[in-house]
Amino acid sequence: MISGTATGAIYALAALGFTLLWQASGTINFAQGEFVMVPAFLMLAALSLGLPLWLAFVLACAGSAAILGLGFKRIVVDPLLRHGVIPLVIATLGLSIALKNLVKAGYSSQPLPFPGVFPDGLLSLGAVRVSVYDIGTLAVAAALVLLLQAFLTRTITGRAMQAVAQNTEAAAVLGIDVQRMVLYVFLANALLAAVAALLVTPAYLAKFDMGDAIGLKAFYAAIIGGFNQARGALLGGVLVGVLENLAGAYVSPAYKEAIALVLFLFVILVRPEGLLGRSEERKV
Amino acid sequence: MSRFPLMALAVALAALALVPLALKNYGIYLLSLWCVYVMAGMGLNLTVGYAGQMSIGHAAFVAIGAYTAAILMKAGVSFYLALPLCALNCFIVGVALGFPALRVQHHYLAFATLGFNVLVYLFVRNEEWLTGGTFGISGIQRPGFFGLSLDGSAAFFYFVYGSTILLAGALWGIVRSPWGRAFAALRDNPIRAESLGVNIVAYTLLAFAIGAGFAGVAGAYFAALVQFIEPGPFHLSASLMMLLMVIVGGPGRFFGPMLGAAIVILLPEWLRGLKDWYLVMFGLAVVALMTWLPGGLLSIPDRLRSSR
Repeated sequence: MISGTATGAIYALAALGFTLLWQASGTINFAQGEFVMVPAFLMLAALSLGLPLWLAFVLACAGSAAILGLGFKRIVVDPLLRHGVIPLVIATLGLSIALKNLVKAGYSSQPLPFPGVFPDGLLSLGAVRVSVYDIGTLAVAAALVLLLQAFLTRTITGRAMQAVAQNTEAAAVLGIDVQRMVLYVFLANALLAAVAALLVTPAYLAKFDMGDAIGLKAFYAAIIGGFNQARGALLGGVLVGVLENLAGAYVSPAYKEAIALVLFLFVILVRPEGLLGRSEERKV
Repeated sequence: MSRFPLMALAVALAALALVPLALKNYGIYLLSLWCVYVMAGMGLNLTVGYAGQMSIGHAAFVAIGAYTAAILMKAGVSFYLALPLCALNCFIVGVALGFPALRVQHHYLAFATLGFNVLVYLFVRNEEWLTGGTFGISGIQRPGFFGLSLDGSAAFFYFVYGSTILLAGALWGIVRSPWGRAFAALRDNPIRAESLGVNIVAYTLLAFAIGAGFAGVAGAYFAALVQFIEPGPFHLSASLMMLLMVIVGGPGRFFGPMLGAAIVILLPEWLRGLKDWYLVMFGLAVVALMTWLPGGLLSIPDRLRSSR
């Protein structure tokens, strides 16, 4: 249960970035999983130069923000937005293939070990024993989400970002620098992905296609929780993580993935706006 | 169609029929595989290009077709009987999946098909009693053709090639019919089409289900071509590749899937020395293509004409 929540928290981080991007620019990012994979390899590259983990992480954050935040927005999203959503979605698919194979061809096609941030070991809490790693992951993810939430609701910049997400035109009329806010969202997404990479890689090993599973789960989480709600992504992520773990333990390991999937299909068909989402008005 | 393009088409078809004479077995196999992907791609083009819906689960339908054919043929059913059953099976599943998903419009068909693909993949991998699990189904017999053996790679190529042309003819008929024109009207301006009395949901659903049926046919030929099926080729990434195939070639253009399939299936073999870098370049090329030519490669002539 706890380890499921911890896994779910990582999915939630990636899913949160997903929904933020969607709100700010209407982009469905099929390369979200690769956005987690790339910082993981940036960190590995820095580690192999002999840098300590914290420095590698800072560098990976900077690299991620520069390439996957700023670069992604300027080079891919901005020129494509005028063509509408579908070409953009296809472009992120292309990007996903390119990034994956770039790492495979240019770095390594083997799974590589990645140092853990927290020590191994078990902690006894009364009758249950939980791993330190899960607790640590959960704490970091929860702190990050609370921080983001506080930023979005308490600060002027955060509120402006939300205004842009809700109604771009009205925000522009009110004198908000829409482009700048959208850029912030992209940067936030890149940073969330970098943190997710730091937390998830020790368990999954660093591999060029590690993003496939993470991207897919983040996608389920975002839809289950509600595509246009940040809180929804959180709920969805945790739900997916917990269900997956419980199903793996009690139903059948072979169909571990299918449980989240069934919930996902059910949500799409019955409550397409997601568990916490609002239904969207059609923009004509 | 005026006379000149018709002749050009006939020449191109005949030229393609001569190519296997100059190739070894593996080359002929690749050409046959290309034909199979063209069949599937034509179906997907109907959904994506003509009806304007995103489908990210086309490989699942190919899988259903391939497994249906393999299981039936293993049970002693003839290929020619299994083939329409594959198409029908996929058509029905397409309706069952598309009906709830299309009610809500937007990108939900894309999401539902994506989930469906993963589910089908898990199913064929785990249900060993039916699908052989990861070991797959081997020893699938190739059909004969009026007493002729199709076991040779060239003979089978001509069989697939002929079938592809027939299927393309059928698609041509669908697209030219009042029905097919309604598909395009939907994609270009759904609100206007609706006001003209086109039932959006019914037509989109039909386009999607027919597309699925095409994938079922492609699956049956795939099973007969490879003679051994396992879950690998039906992974979600295969669906994404098929989608890119259609988009790169030119969605809503009749010859789009032919060109797209050639780029995805044949070109990598040619550029073998590049290995994984090919896919890096392909991915980046897709991004660039979407930026400058969202209509796909086949929109180049139009673009040149309009800029003149």
